[in-house]
Amino acid sequence: MFPIDAFHVARAQFAFTLIFHIVFPAFSIGLASYLAVLEGLWLRTGKSVYLDLFRYWMKIFSIGFGMGVVSGLVMSYQFGTNWGAFSDRAGPVIGPLMGYEVLTAFFLEAGFLGVMLFGMQKVGPKLHFLATCLVALGTLISATWILSVNSWMQTPRGYTIGPDGRFLPADWLAIIFNPSFVVRLPHMVLASYLSVAFVVGAVASYHLLRERVVRDMPRNIAVKTMFSMAMWMAAIVAPAQIIMGDLHGLNTLKYQPAKIAAMEGDWDAQKDAPEILFGIPDMQAETTRYKIELPHLGSLILTHRLDGEVPGLKQFARADRPNSAIVFFSFRGMIAIGFLMAAIGLWSLFLRWRRSLFENRWIMRAMVVMGPAGFLAVILGWITTEVGRQPYTVYGLMRTADSMSPIGLPGVATSLLGFIAVYAVVFAAGISFLLKLMSHPPVPGEPGHPLGQPTRTAGLTPGPAGAAPEMGGHDPSFGHAGAAE
Amino acid sequence: MTEAYLLPIIWAGLIAFAVMAYVVLDGFDLGVGILFAAERDYEERSVMVNAIAPMWDGNETWLILGGGGLFAVFPLAYAVIMPAMYPTIIAMLLALIFRGVAFEFRFRAETINGRWWWDLAFFLGSTLAAFAQGLTLGGLLQGVKVTGRAYAGGWWDWLDGFTLLCGVAVVAGYALLGATFLIWRTEGAMQRQNRRIAEALGFLVLAFIVVVSLWTPFLNPIFYHRWFGWPGIALTAPVPVLMALLVVWFWLGILREHHLTPFLCVVAWFVLCFAGLGISLWPMLVPPSITIWQAAAPPSSQMFLLVGALVLIPIILAYTAYSYWVFRGKVGAGTSYH
Repeated sequence: MFPIDAFHVARAQFAFTLIFHIVFPAFSIGLASYLAVLEGLWLRTGKSVYLDLFRYWMKIFSIGFGMGVVSGLVMSYQFGTNWGAFSDRAGPVIGPLMGYEVLTAFFLEAGFLGVMLFGMQKVGPKLHFLATCLVALGTLISATWILSVNSWMQTPRGYTIGPDGRFLPADWLAIIFNPSFVVRLPHMVLASYLSVAFVVGAVASYHLLRERVVRDMPRNIAVKTMFSMAMWMAAIVAPAQIIMGDLHGLNTLKYQPAKIAAMEGDWDAQKDAPEILFGIPDMQAETTRYKIELPHLGSLILTHRLDGEVPGLKQFARADRPNSAIVFFSFRGMIAIGFLMAAIGLWSLFLRWRRSLFENRWIMRAMVVMGPAGFLAVILGWITTEVGRQPYTVYGLMRTADSMSPIGLPGVATSLLGFIAVYAVVFAAGISFLLKLMSHPPVPGEPGHPLGQPTRTAGLTPGPAGAAPEMGGHDPSFGHAGAAE
Repeated sequence: MTEAYLLPIIWAGLIAFAVMAYVVLDGFDLGVGILFAAERDYEERSVMVNAIAPMWDGNETWLILGGGGLFAVFPLAYAVIMPAMYPTIIAMLLALIFRGVAFEFRFRAETINGRWWWDLAFFLGSTLAAFAQGLTLGGLLQGVKVTGRAYAGGWWDWLDGFTLLCGVAVVAGYALLGATFLIWRTEGAMQRQNRRIAEALGFLVLAFIVVVSLWTPFLNPIFYHRWFGWPGIALTAPVPVLMALLVVWFWLGILREHHLTPFLCVVAWFVLCFAGLGISLWPMLVPPSITIWQAAAPPSSQMFLLVGALVLIPIILAYTAYSYWVFRGKVGAGTSYH
């Protein structure tokens, strides 16, 4: 389908490394906020179940965060190694934004991660909670800057073009708050929260399904608690995300009509357009085959009017069209997952009302299946927006084909093979460790992170009033060294 | 003195500071990984990892600031250096992936075999990352061929005896940093062992410093003139003198079994070598052809980020210091934290 040359292999490398990377920031953004909520609830209520859940998810967070860091480092250097011409021309505008991401977010996360993971007994619960909040804040600040950068590439504003072709900043506020940023940021943050809600819900459901229910014996309260929290998130955030997605669609129609046409598989601009539910876009023949359509709906969704005009790909020169065959399907995949998530969220509300949420095994089975669905939707969404931006890196201004470093096929191909081999080993191992941790239910007196802990604790910092017993409640010999003694 | 003249000077200083901070801070992290070669026991290795576990992520962030800062304020240098040093940069990234995840994975692996593999990944990742950083430094010093606004050389232009020497020298230097860090942060048998290692590595690293320092001026007539011509020599002469004093101080620290002195001395060695590099390169960013002014982003870009950097870097240093203070004291398998 694509020729094998340095350009396409470099694009494949970006796609490959980005698809692997994006899952982990999404996981970290959502999970860091969840951890801050759990620790806050523990400090407020003194209930040990929140501390148990906090410690349980913190061990998982630690692995996920680490994989996000190492795969993110690759992304930040790839701009230079493979896309040097883009870096040279767009660097004056987007470089400082990424510089701010490092200064305001990366250092904050990394600086307080150590305290968050290993410092509970050293700084006490209040300062520890502050560290957790700062890590969570760091993930959100990071998302803000990097989505501003991506949005500027989609809807560039606030720049001039210098005599040497470089983009020069003219108005920083216009650059940062460019038109698509204001919808992209909340869309991505909600996606992160939703993804984590479904992971938490899936893990809880798995343990609820496995638990042997004995009459009069209480169920694992931690599992029940996280299940309930996850289902509230699904019920609230999934519908909110659909509204946010709709706003994002309106925004894209206004600023990137070719992308919308490719996503919809529409070739001719028309009023009162139908919505194509399914079909196979053919870029050569300029048509979408085997269409199943619903009348009026296309215009209604995109313009909120029955007779609104929607764009078609034929309005754009062949060389300026994004690949409809890809974005048509990635977009539909994301939408389908989104509606399924919202349906489960509403189902949980119904079951809660009927007081059978914790007994209904079907919703638990559905949650287990849907556990990774949020991440899949995130990946499909990014494929839609990034492939839909083509053939440009800076939309309408700089072509992807003009963005490359002077790097030949052997180098790009070798490094791509290197990344594939390393990611296969590292991410397979990491995901297997994550699944292993998730396969055990949280237990009362859940042990903390094994790394960096003293193997024989001497004194324990007292906890807040009424919460002290839980703090030292774990087996102090737990850990690598203790296990061998 | 326009801002187009001053801003690149300020930023060159800040980027140099970030790279320096990275070299010293992640240098001892990577050094601890390299020293896995000298320690076979899993539990002892765990003590070594525990000594750096709370800080390593923050330490590595200086590398992102170095690279990201270059992209932000000297985009042309970033766009030229990355393709020119492509193989060493990719090798470093792949190595850092293994090193980074091995922190967690070596504790998570449940079989002896699994632990052995992730320990190997930690050792090889640390060693290869250090080696690749040395190669990158050596390659950059050799000079990079540029046409127009892009790298114009081949894949292996950077590869020769000098770069290989720099690669090995950085591995040895980081290992020395790691050993002296462990002298500071551990006690008992591990401390004694690392004192012996530091003693041996001290000689080796000094030999590397002497050879690289004598070789560098001959790479480029500009470097030569900077070091041995007037008035450069007034600036360069104190560097070897200071170095000699620090060497004596280092050995006194080792012989008198001080805990912190050897580490601080080696850090100072690194700072001096780095200053020496700065003297050679100034004002070039990509030798021999691109100066900091040519590589600079427009003043509006540099000013926009500078405002934030001047506020944020002190804050970052403050909370980084706080984190180090929280995790101060000796680590050990058989002892509690003090």
